[in-house]
Amino acid sequence: MKKSFAALAAAALVATAAPALADLTVPNLSYRTGSYAANGIPYADGFADYFTLLNERDGGIGGEMVAVPECETAYNTEKGVECYEGTKGQAALAYNPLSTGITYQLIPKVTADHHVLYTPGYGRTSAANGSVFEWVFNYPANYWDGASVAVKYLLDQSGGDLSGKKIALVYHNSAYGKEPIRTLEELAKKHGFELSLLPVDPPGQEQKSQWLQIRRDKPDYVLMWGWGVMNQVAIQEAVNIRFPMENFIGVWWSGSENDVGPAGDKAMGYKSISFHGVGDEFPIYADLKQYVFDPGKAAGAGDNLGNVLYSRGMYAAMIISEAIRTAQEMAGHSAVTPEEVREGFENLNLTQERLTELGLPGFAQEIHATCADHGGPGSAMILQWDSSTKKWSAVSDWITSDADVLDPLIAEDSAAFAAESGITPRCN
Amino acid sequence: MFYREAGDFKTSYRADSQTFPIRLDRMGYFAALIVAYAVVPFFIDDYWANAVFVPFLIYAIAAIGLNILVGYAGQVSLGTGGFMAVGAYAVYKLMTTFPEVPFFFHVILAGGVTAFVGVLFGLPSLRIKGFYLAVATLAAQFFLVWLFNKVPWFYNYSASGQITAPDRTMFGIYITGAQTSAVAKYLFCLVILTLVALMARNLTRGTVGRKWMAIRDMDIAAEIIGVNPLSAKVTAFAVSSFFIGIAGALLFSVYLGAAEVGESFGINKSFLVLFMVIIGGLGSIFGSFAGAAFLVLLPVFLKNVLVGALGWPTDVAAHLELMIVGALIVIFLIVEPHGLAQLWRIAKEKLRLWPFPH
Repeated sequence: MKKSFAALAAAALVATAAPALADLTVPNLSYRTGSYAANGIPYADGFADYFTLLNERDGGIGGEMVAVPECETAYNTEKGVECYEGTKGQAALAYNPLSTGITYQLIPKVTADHHVLYTPGYGRTSAANGSVFEWVFNYPANYWDGASVAVKYLLDQSGGDLSGKKIALVYHNSAYGKEPIRTLEELAKKHGFELSLLPVDPPGQEQKSQWLQIRRDKPDYVLMWGWGVMNQVAIQEAVNIRFPMENFIGVWWSGSENDVGPAGDKAMGYKSISFHGVGDEFPIYADLKQYVFDPGKAAGAGDNLGNVLYSRGMYAAMIISEAIRTAQEMAGHSAVTPEEVREGFENLNLTQERLTELGLPGFAQEIHATCADHGGPGSAMILQWDSSTKKWSAVSDWITSDADVLDPLIAEDSAAFAAESGITPRCN
Repeated sequence: MFYREAGDFKTSYRADSQTFPIRLDRMGYFAALIVAYAVVPFFIDDYWANAVFVPFLIYAIAAIGLNILVGYAGQVSLGTGGFMAVGAYAVYKLMTTFPEVPFFFHVILAGGVTAFVGVLFGLPSLRIKGFYLAVATLAAQFFLVWLFNKVPWFYNYSASGQITAPDRTMFGIYITGAQTSAVAKYLFCLVILTLVALMARNLTRGTVGRKWMAIRDMDIAAEIIGVNPLSAKVTAFAVSSFFIGIAGALLFSVYLGAAEVGESFGINKSFLVLFMVIIGGLGSIFGSFAGAAFLVLLPVFLKNVLVGALGWPTDVAAHLELMIVGALIVIFLIVEPHGLAQLWRIAKEKLRLWPFPH
């Protein structure tokens, strides 16, 4: 009797575990509700559509279909934890929660549970140091790269000298918005500009006092680390105080069509940083149209094709799929495990030729990851919004961040994390 | 027929004034304890612990704390989120400053720190009442969140302003940090909840609790019969904040593992706990459990049914979930303004007479 019960229980376990192993699972921790939905929706759509394309056109990756179960987090850390716990049992290969707060919570969890956490352009900056953060990857660029690229661009704009200039940082008062402060303070010391900090409490509908202060202090440039509704309000407020738009630069999370839209024509000239190309002129969109949009398999309402955040969701999905492909080549079989996918991320070699094969020529920078380098090239370009044509266009070439300033900061912060959580750095 | 007090004779005052005077209630209580301590731990996995049980246990502690203040002492408070933040930051500072002290004591000490802060913000309650007090506690909420954002000492000067719980063990078992097992998290919170609930129950039916209720029902009359409003109100704020601080400390260290004050302890948290107390039933310990269960379990349940079982898009499900929970709150308040605890009470009254109600 006892034996048969054990057999039954084992059978039940196998039965529940089996379907999960059939596919490659990449959960999509998205948010389509709440104050960040305007930005969360296009990203989630791009992410899901890219995997749908792979499934429909190529039959998945290396012959294995990709399952992308979606879980709504509403940018809320408690729901994020629930989503993570709910999906991790399905042998999830990589997580991309699109929230710095959720990322901070997941870093210790993925390290213990062995899942890859891929946070392109967000999350904990010092995760770029792969010798401490074994399971976390944030290439191609992080917040500190973004801050450095913005300052380099401003240096270029003001003839190589920023001394005596005033730069204001308008930021989301959360882990995300506070990330660049340390770097900007270092850069202020190095280049001699004056940095003023203007926190905006989330979600950020109320920013009158911050912009009044900007009107009074008259900074030469304003940088913004905003997200969700905060972006739209900030751009509108900048228009209201007639701040020159070309001196207003948002990080990559503050530069989508949804952010500049409400300010209408007045948003002309607003700039943002980006680590990938935008627009629907890439050859991949022909395939997307043929395999995903025309058969009605697009995620969401299907109206975000080619916009900035859609492209970024697609970028993240493309990197994850390339990492899975690398893992399959290394492992010699197609049903890869999370451990093998981590190897794939660490040995990812994304070249321009490969991007052209994928239908995305010149879309992004090359990535050559190593055991220690989980941070990538750290370069980005500046885009400018043209409200007459409703298009973003690049106004700079790829700008590489200032490694002299960033590398010691990353080493310091990751060493603090290693000491805190008792990690011995690897890769020696 | 089965549920009755007839035949259940008491031969001592002690037996007469016990928490569950009816035998079936008593058996139910012990059965619940046995299930919670001896059955659930064998079946719990990470998902059940992190999505259902641990948040339920922690919010039940917070709801008991707020119920003492709002339900028993009649002092409206909107500062719960802020006081939970005090507990979380206190436990964080204690954990990082004195790593050799057992974690359990950190949690209790964090409660103590919160009790002190709660008393400070409770002092105005001697002069202001009702809505005005609610506004004063709202000020506490915003002030505390601002403080923890503004002063880097509280988050040990970390670049992002996040606090992250370091790994701590008790008897060699991880209680905080990523290596903690579901069972350890669950049992640790369960032990604390049991202690808190026993303490709250016994406080509320003793002198202290009677003083609170006298102040709640009519403060002038209470003062005339000799209840000192200063000590009654201050103890209510202290005890309530003590429990809320413990809940905040557990929420941060055991449940979330990392927190950021504006997001985890914002005004929404204050309202959430207040809703738990109101829906569960003001002035009832059982109500605190029922309210916490209702507001923690229902969204998870709806999400699993709508997305998991029916396969609806996540955004539709999330919006529908908000609508259903909101509608249920309104319906509950119309149909039974005294909350789930009153429903439970009525059910028990009816059961006593069943099947011969006349």
